[in-house]
Amino acid sequence: MLQEILDHYNYWIAIMLMMVGFYTVVARGNLVKKIVGLNIFQTSVFLLYISMGKVTGGTAPILDERFTVYSNPIPHVLILTAIVVGVATTALGLALVVRIKESYGTIEEDELDLMDGET
Amino acid sequence: MNTLLAHLPALQVVVPLVAAPLCLLAGRAGLAWIIAFLAAAFATVAAALLAYQTLHHDPISYAMGGWAPPWGIEYAVDTANAFILLLVSAIACLVLVFCRTSIPKEIRAGREHLFYCMYTLCLTGLLGIAITGDAFNVFVFLEISSLSSYALIAMGGQRKSLTAAFQYLIMGTIGATFFLIGVGLLYMMTGTLNMADLAKRIPEIQDSRPILAAFAFITVGLALKAALFPLHLWLPNAYAFAPSGVSAFMAATATKVSLYVLLRFTFTIYGAEFAFANLPLSWVLLVPAVIAMFAGTFSAMFQRDIKRMLAYSSVAQIGYITLAISLGTNAGIMAALVHIFNHGLMKAALFCAMGCIFYRIGSTRIDQLAGLGRQMPWTFAAIVAGGLSLLGVPLTAGFISKWYLVQAAMQSNLWPLVALIVVSSLLAVVYVWRLIEALYFKEPSLGNEAVVEAPMSMLVPTLLLAGANIYFGVDTRLPVAMAENAANLLMLGLGQ
Repeated sequence: MLQEILDHYNYWIAIMLMMVGFYTVVARGNLVKKIVGLNIFQTSVFLLYISMGKVTGGTAPILDERFTVYSNPIPHVLILTAIVVGVATTALGLALVVRIKESYGTIEEDELDLMDGET
Repeated sequence: MNTLLAHLPALQVVVPLVAAPLCLLAGRAGLAWIIAFLAAAFATVAAALLAYQTLHHDPISYAMGGWAPPWGIEYAVDTANAFILLLVSAIACLVLVFCRTSIPKEIRAGREHLFYCMYTLCLTGLLGIAITGDAFNVFVFLEISSLSSYALIAMGGQRKSLTAAFQYLIMGTIGATFFLIGVGLLYMMTGTLNMADLAKRIPEIQDSRPILAAFAFITVGLALKAALFPLHLWLPNAYAFAPSGVSAFMAATATKVSLYVLLRFTFTIYGAEFAFANLPLSWVLLVPAVIAMFAGTFSAMFQRDIKRMLAYSSVAQIGYITLAISLGTNAGIMAALVHIFNHGLMKAALFCAMGCIFYRIGSTRIDQLAGLGRQMPWTFAAIVAGGLSLLGVPLTAGFISKWYLVQAAMQSNLWPLVALIVVSSLLAVVYVWRLIEALYFKEPSLGNEAVVEAPMSMLVPTLLLAGANIYFGVDTRLPVAMAENAANLLMLGLGQ
């Protein structure tokens, strides 16, 4: 049992990060903390993808006659795209947080709800 | 000309994609609008040509960049996605005409070109999701359309637009990330991302846990993007506080495209047997769909803001579409596709009409638009046409979709469902009547005496959309032929 967990430690870490991030998004009222949680959540998926590209004993996927076993580069490429998407999401989210702070004067979710309820 | 036609699937997406930065560089509202409009018009023509080709010939497979599938990215066009492409680009084109007049009044001055840039990007994303035959590519386009729509909603000018956009950003990103996890698990097990290839490889290992988990992640992720109850929380505020043109465009297309992807994954990739015989997808979709039909309708009745009311009505309508999908039959898919098309038409018409009213009085609250129907007769006519279509009155497009929906439920011998569909449609009379009563039968409220009909440039697209609701209620050949053909293709699956 313990060995099984240790053998797949990368997946366990990915799942733990996923839950930590997801929990932060749901439970935290501060908008910046929500964005941070979202980031952790997305990062866990990056780890999941990178893990699956690993080939035991494989080297970096650069063509060279000395090596025959390579890691699978496709998941890496895919996740580069996803990282870019993540950066764009974070940037847009933070930009929105700045605008919200400017117009409401707060970035706490419960205070925002209160202010929205009044108008 | 022939080479141009051969590359039509790529141009369908590339032209709006290139137009977006050009709008940004144009720097001026007028020029940016012309660029955006040309791109949307081109997309409409391209989609019509593709639809014609797929309806009369075989599905098209286009190897992006010359890399043969399954290694490269394939653009696979059949009737199902040609239908969606046509809907998305035609609505985008009409709403863009509407935006030319409405947008300068609704967003901060000097930012119009940024709006058109985001709008064309959103169009690119939606077209890309529909046309691609590559599972990961769907995610990329999903995020292109989502990120631009968050920005579009935030441009709404009201303070609440910002919180609505933020809420949508959080929920939308979670949905897209769920989808990404699902696609990752599929790739892990099959080693491919091409949809046709996935469909071939999944049956061999369909009982393995990652494949099942992938299906769950993809379904939940897409349900979030499609705003299926109870994952619809982002939708009412997003539609209510976005600029009118954006509400019209997104209500008609964004959630529909996600539902299309759900259809594609369920039927083409996993296959109907896997989803409906081995797994209880039928119940998983049916129960939320029925709750959505009623919860959406009831919430709509009590809204004081008409845009919010229409948004809740969208939640209910998405319920109908999901209900049709959950039947898992040929007739069900057909009903879903017909309703995707018809609901796009009615919501675009209604949101545009509300945009006309907003343009004149600066509000869409029900107590402020009393009696306006007599002062704005054409806008009122569009609202009546759209409202009747929403209810499913005969001779409107809405009737056709309800007809196929009820027929599909009867074919599956689900009589209680038929009753539920009819009852929830009747309940919708309440909120549509509230709107019509306020507009026509109430005494005009103070300060609105001088209000006149909306400008021609906004009225024409609104009336065209409203007219389409009547036209496709009488002449149903196009949506029915395309939906029928698409349903057969989807049922067949690619794996067999």
